[in-house]
Amino acid sequence: MLTKRIIACLDVRGGRVVKGVQFVDIVDAGDPAELAHRHAAGGADEIVLLDITATHEGRGTLIDTVQRTAATLFVPFTVGGGIRSAEDAAAVFNAGADKVSINSSAIARPELIGEIGGSFGAQAVIVAIDARRAAGAADPVGEAEVYVSGGRKATGLRVVEWAIEAEQRGAGEILLTSMDTDGMRNGFDCELTARVSAAVQIPVIASGGAGTAAHFAEVFGRGRADAALAASIFHFGVTDSRELKAELRRAGVSVRLPC
Amino acid sequence: MIAVIDYKAGNLTSVVKALKYLGAGTLVTQDPEVVRRATKVVLPGVGHFQATQLLTELGLTEAVRESVAKGTWFLGICVGLQWLFEGSTEAPGVAGLGHFEGMCERFPAVYEGAELKSPHVGWNSLERVRPDSRLLRGVAEGGFVYYTHSWRAPVVQATASVTEYGGAFTGAVERENVMGVQFHPEKSSAVGLQILKNFVEL
Repeated sequence: MLTKRIIACLDVRGGRVVKGVQFVDIVDAGDPAELAHRHAAGGADEIVLLDITATHEGRGTLIDTVQRTAATLFVPFTVGGGIRSAEDAAAVFNAGADKVSINSSAIARPELIGEIGGSFGAQAVIVAIDARRAAGAADPVGEAEVYVSGGRKATGLRVVEWAIEAEQRGAGEILLTSMDTDGMRNGFDCELTARVSAAVQIPVIASGGAGTAAHFAEVFGRGRADAALAASIFHFGVTDSRELKAELRRAGVSVRLPC
Repeated sequence: MIAVIDYKAGNLTSVVKALKYLGAGTLVTQDPEVVRRATKVVLPGVGHFQATQLLTELGLTEAVRESVAKGTWFLGICVGLQWLFEGSTEAPGVAGLGHFEGMCERFPAVYEGAELKSPHVGWNSLERVRPDSRLLRGVAEGGFVYYTHSWRAPVVQATASVTEYGGAFTGAVERENVMGVQFHPEKSSAVGLQILKNFVEL
């Protein structure tokens, strides 16, 4: 049976893993390669490394960090941040990434999705969407808006519509981060995740707001997520994937228990 | 020495990295002569079945056919497994090696009345693991491996293990020296490394 995936996310700035709350207030959480291996050993199904300041500062992804992290990592490894062209993506793949996550650059030039997929396969392209509910709108979830540049800039695009377009252009997965719930540890935005998951055929990774095992169970159930991503709950030893998965299995969620 | 065939179908880095980690000597090649001389051949590949057309254009299909006929160990990964079959509906004009019978087909959009997401992405379990499989030696029934694909190979006599997603499909296939896996052993943690180690140690 296909299991629900738990993805450990490393937000990297200047070669160090950092963690913010609602995209700001950043604190140091350690070395990327070391943390990636600790998470994989602890039962994480995948590792995502996001160079969170790459787009903002207009520079490339930290290839050496990717290389060092990928060297002995034998679970799927995604890298995002600062990937603006098929060439940028190729450099990241050559450094050992299995998938790239693109966000601002896909909004700026949607053809990029197909260009990377054409060379490396659709499975290698994750379109990341930073979303904020449309407060005060008649349908705040349906009218949720896409943000770019690390949540700094509103695009005017609707989340569900952009997810559908990304799929049509050849995205392999959607990584949906709720800016409303990010870093709060009060649970994922299940309504928004469910809305996006129902609109596309490709897997949807929920992100933002993980705090307890129950939050994961909710987003896999009611939220219809195929995978869920978390960072802060792992970094400071609150829980590891093994513990989390044992709880999820007790709650009836199908997960891979590491050996 | 393991010849790893490069036919521009996705990224070879991870496969080569895993083989090296296990102590195997590898040579990434497009040269049919290198394939003919190799003691073992790995055909990786993610992406579109159409890419396998290049194998024929480069003379690699013939080289592989000769190699496996004389007993060279062969492992196809993902599209590399699919290519061992007769072909795929993904690229109907492109013939596979035809070593195993049957065509690869897309996952159905609906299975048993429920919508089935595609691609099939994530960790799924190996079921009906054939006890005599040399490739899957030491792999427990229900062991988890990482998949990412939209087309799948049918279950045939040579199937060494199946996985369930929209019905059963071939997760691993093995007949004598010719083997294939639909999942990515290089991304399947301890279980995947065990499988690659089995191949390296043949």
